[in-house]
Amino acid sequence: MWRVLCSLVLALCAASAFAADESGRTPKPVIERALAGKTCVADAAFMRREHMNLLKHQRDDTVHGGIRGANAKYSLKECIECHASQKTASVAKAETNFCVSCHSYAAVKIDCFECHTSKPRALAQGVTK
Amino acid sequence: MSRRGFLGVAAAAIGGAMLAPGIQLIEIARAATPTGATGANPQVRWGMLIDTTKCASGCTDCVTACNTENGLDPKPSPTSAQWIRKIEIKEIKTGRQASAPVMCQHCAEPPCVDVCPTGASFKRADGIVLVDRHACIGCRYCVMACPYKARSFVHEELSEQKPDVPRGKGCVEGCTLCVHRIDQGNKTTACAEACSKAGHGAIVFGDLNDPQSEIARRVREIQTTQLRADLKLDPGVRYHGL
Repeated sequence: MWRVLCSLVLALCAASAFAADESGRTPKPVIERALAGKTCVADAAFMRREHMNLLKHQRDDTVHGGIRGANAKYSLKECIECHASQKTASVAKAETNFCVSCHSYAAVKIDCFECHTSKPRALAQGVTK
Repeated sequence: MSRRGFLGVAAAAIGGAMLAPGIQLIEIARAATPTGATGANPQVRWGMLIDTTKCASGCTDCVTACNTENGLDPKPSPTSAQWIRKIEIKEIKTGRQASAPVMCQHCAEPPCVDVCPTGASFKRADGIVLVDRHACIGCRYCVMACPYKARSFVHEELSEQKPDVPRGKGCVEGCTLCVHRIDQGNKTTACAEACSKAGHGAIVFGDLNDPQSEIARRVREIQTTQLRADLKLDPGVRYHGL
């Protein structure tokens, strides 16, 4: 009897978990499409896992070594150029924007955009060029 | 061997052992500095020459240009960050007056770098003194150490920064010699460009190490001074006519 009850409970749990997944009750990050017609500097799986390390190395090379522009392969500025939302013109303004959508899902608070603008060059305010 | 002799030899041996790793560390640090065609070039010493005889009293074109270029407050309050300021000076006995912009002097021996507890304040290979905001904890020791009052602290949250000039609350900042322009091949700073455009030509920016450059030629030909030269900080900014 005990064995039957256990298996029943387990089966119910599995079924409910599966149902939740199927019905989309578990929130998933919404990854907005980047600007069309361009490819990323590395493939998506690699970027998802390693972007924080790439950005950290790049920032040191840029700030201390002066590697900028075309020589800075993993430049945050270039990420923003392609990945800014078409609606908010930002990677971090709305919950669905590129950087924030994953980071809020993973409960990772990033402070990049306290100093860096989250908008691409053409849309950042105060750019006179 | 006497006891004193033994102690002397032991002290010398320890001293040698301490020196050798120190030398190695310096070598590693030098090797880690990126060199070559791209990035900060150690052969270069960026500097500025400010000809105070051409600097008009009351003109603030360089200050405005700096604020615009770097996204600073266009209408600065007393607590706003200030990267460049105009000063008016007067020789009391003779009454002779002069006007000049003062900004980070990009010292060869920067006291702000000496006092920084985190290594955020640093000097690049090409002589530009910068703050790495990723490492700055906002202690403001560098603000105290700088004899030129060249560093500012950002007190409030900022928004709408320039893509090339990230800035934020809680960090110290100062003139970067328009490093984002220089690294991308631009040959002049915003202040020098504005000064030339306005027809004053009081600011010359260039490589002090290149004998062919205009700045090197000018400092070779005319008398120039470094501010507070007595401190032996060897600033990269020189003044004529003070």
